[in-house]
Amino acid sequence: MKKYIASRVGYMLFTFLIIATFTFFLMQTLPGSPFNDERLSSTQKEVLNERYGLNEPLSVQYFKYLGNITKGDFGVSFQFDGRSVSSIIGERIGVSAILGAQSLVAGMIIGLFLGIIAALRHNTFIDYGAMVVAVLGLSIPNFVLAGLLQYWVGVRLGWLPVAFWEGFEYSILPTIALAAFVVATMARFMRTEMLDVLGNEYITTARAKGIKEYTVIMKHGLRNAMIPIITILGPLTVSLMTGTLVVEKIFSVPGLGEQFVKSILTNDYPVIMGVTLFYSLLFIIVILIVDILYGVVDPRIRLSGGGRREGK
Amino acid sequence: MRKKSLWFFMMIITSLVLLAGCYGGGNVQDTEKDGDSSTDGKTEKSVLHLAVAGEIPTLKTNGAMDGLSQTMIQNVFEGLFRIDADDKVTEGLVDTYDVSEDGLTYTFHLKENALWSNGDPTKATDFIYAWKKALHPDSISPHAYLMESVKGAANIQNPDHEMYGKVDELGVKAPDDFTLEVELENDVPYFTELLTNPVFYPQNEKFAEEQQDKYALEPENLVFNGPFTLDSWDHDQKWTLKKNSDYWDVENVNVDEINFKVAKDTSTEVNLYETDTIDVANLSSEFVDVYKDHEEYTTSLKSEVYFLRMNQKNEFLSNTNIRKAIDMGWDKEQAAESILKNGSKAAYWLVFPGFVQSPGGEEFRDRFGELNKGTPEEAKELWNKGLEELGVKEINLDLLSYDDGQRKSVAEYMKNQLEKNLPGLNITINQQPNKQKLALEDDLNYDLSYSGWRNDIADPVEFLSVFLSDGAYNWQEFKNDQFDKNVKKAMVDFTDIDKRFAELQEAEEILIGEEAAISPMYQAGSARLIKPHVKGFTAHANSTYSYQWVTIGN
Repeated sequence: MKKYIASRVGYMLFTFLIIATFTFFLMQTLPGSPFNDERLSSTQKEVLNERYGLNEPLSVQYFKYLGNITKGDFGVSFQFDGRSVSSIIGERIGVSAILGAQSLVAGMIIGLFLGIIAALRHNTFIDYGAMVVAVLGLSIPNFVLAGLLQYWVGVRLGWLPVAFWEGFEYSILPTIALAAFVVATMARFMRTEMLDVLGNEYITTARAKGIKEYTVIMKHGLRNAMIPIITILGPLTVSLMTGTLVVEKIFSVPGLGEQFVKSILTNDYPVIMGVTLFYSLLFIIVILIVDILYGVVDPRIRLSGGGRREGK
Repeated sequence: MRKKSLWFFMMIITSLVLLAGCYGGGNVQDTEKDGDSSTDGKTEKSVLHLAVAGEIPTLKTNGAMDGLSQTMIQNVFEGLFRIDADDKVTEGLVDTYDVSEDGLTYTFHLKENALWSNGDPTKATDFIYAWKKALHPDSISPHAYLMESVKGAANIQNPDHEMYGKVDELGVKAPDDFTLEVELENDVPYFTELLTNPVFYPQNEKFAEEQQDKYALEPENLVFNGPFTLDSWDHDQKWTLKKNSDYWDVENVNVDEINFKVAKDTSTEVNLYETDTIDVANLSSEFVDVYKDHEEYTTSLKSEVYFLRMNQKNEFLSNTNIRKAIDMGWDKEQAAESILKNGSKAAYWLVFPGFVQSPGGEEFRDRFGELNKGTPEEAKELWNKGLEELGVKEINLDLLSYDDGQRKSVAEYMKNQLEKNLPGLNITINQQPNKQKLALEDDLNYDLSYSGWRNDIADPVEFLSVFLSDGAYNWQEFKNDQFDKNVKKAMVDFTDIDKRFAELQEAEEILIGEEAAISPMYQAGSARLIKPHVKGFTAHANSTYSYQWVTIGN
């Protein structure tokens, strides 16, 4: 297990380097420059480029950048004069993480519950009801849901704050807007998997042995149905981390998502690099955790041996 | 099984740690405002609640300034002069000042009671320190071009000049703590107006030097000398201004506290306004329809003119009749009144009405009025003449445009109008984010471009110098010798102000009336809702705001 994790960390660093390289050079193809403003003359732009080292050859800039990030220095933003990229990410990531985690946890619990109920009450109104919720959750874009929630719950009913981020009650509406998709995905997956698993012979055996129905479902059914769920957990987490942009904007949540897009629009190179690398790192770590979780859920999967992922 | 519960345990702990993190500060006390109906002996604290579109980019007076930075800076700092509620120049830190007879030397006597928030007086050396910083290559301000009227400033910014970076050569002196002497390159009549720009504001030398790289990053890394102080600053989220009790004119600051919260979306802002969370909401055109008859609805005009650049590198657009037809071929009133609907005004000029008057009181616009205004029929006639001269039947053009919804509708409207009124014309709209759009314009890589310009000072040269044949922003290969001659002379020669005025009027007539180098579109307006208990909310024409004159009533 330890050996496995060590080699994975090695791969992670390599992946990280490749991402850094690609982003760095792709970014140069962005049209425009951070200092192109209607009011700046070409000599003034020259002076500014020199001040930020943008006049040096690309290769020099690239190795300088790599050297700096090994020291933990991600540079200084162009958009926010003198502010370091690490502080920009640091100030915003906590909020994005809370919102993401809340949506994921809430979405998972509700989604799994709906999925299990639907599977257990297969072809009844409960099943259809749960699936209607799931289809709606998948097909309504989160910004539409966010707008509707804000207007109806915030303005018309006045039950919850319209926007901003100043306490738990402020996080409820954005969490619902983001969790809808998670609920829908989870519920549909869980229903299919559960139906599949419950049709297996070992379930019939367990029931025949007179084990309580609750234990059959929780221990023999749920645990086996969880394996594919864990597979989608990784991508889902990442899409929650990166896909909060519009919801953050609508509810004025001070998260990282919007800053990422803004940095691209303003050619703020250090922030683009910093946020991309940060997101990549997060993605790599999430994948590692998911891989480790397989082993926890399904002991047939031996991480250190060959034949990883034979479960699915 | 043991492993499983371990993982479960760890996940719970992690999420708890995450959740216990920050939801931001505690709850805001909104009660001050709500409680002001009970007017007994005690005076309530008056608080203004505002929403802003994003984080403050910088609070350094030598930083890269946008409207929001400039708004914050002019409310927490003060320079020699400031602009008042009617956009006129009024005194700030200056007590009295003298101008030499040749108009080249200004001597400013500073107010001795104008203190920084740490108790230091604002000294003449604080100005010199900030100005040199704005010009020094290591800390150069993107707005340093505004300082070019000061002696030596242009050369200090020029990497090819021997004076490059030698900020000590700048023509400023401090004979004593409260006297500032400035030498100018030319006797520009608008120097005091230039001084209202934050790039000319002082920085507390001693304090700024102590802070080094941390200067202006957090409230504790700043000292203030303006009507307000920055009390707290949660980046990208909210901040608070408090009345500065050390401000020299504190009796005339009527509001005790201003809360700013970041709301990045117009519909969010409107919803916050509807729930009484904020006192002012800026409206985009889709909300103007809903609120235009509302009693809290107001509009104001900005000193910002939008126009269509016509790239003369394009063989069709190099034909004057074609350009005139395009300028004339669409209904500008309709665009301002039915598409923008926010108080914007249709433009047949670049120097807008009310912008500037001659010393004798003549309005700039009176002489030539509306340039190149005509009917669709006249436009069609010019168009057909142009097509004949070019020997073509059909013209395809790209229209480069902004990427926001409001200006996108304007571009679409123009496309429809022009294609209908000028048979044989096909327009393809190319929307780009602003930085990318500017790069394409700079490379002359477009046919038509929806563009705009905002002035820094009230002088026609601000708008006209954009189109000088060797100008940095002449992005349409326009060249006219008489135009160049008139504008260049006006930039340096201030001996006969009346003649200068007339020559600038002629230059504008050449640019639009004669050459149709650009097609003016509109002077931008902005629409907002203001709660009735907020009085004296001041929106300046340069898209900034002053809050010191706001009063909160019942």
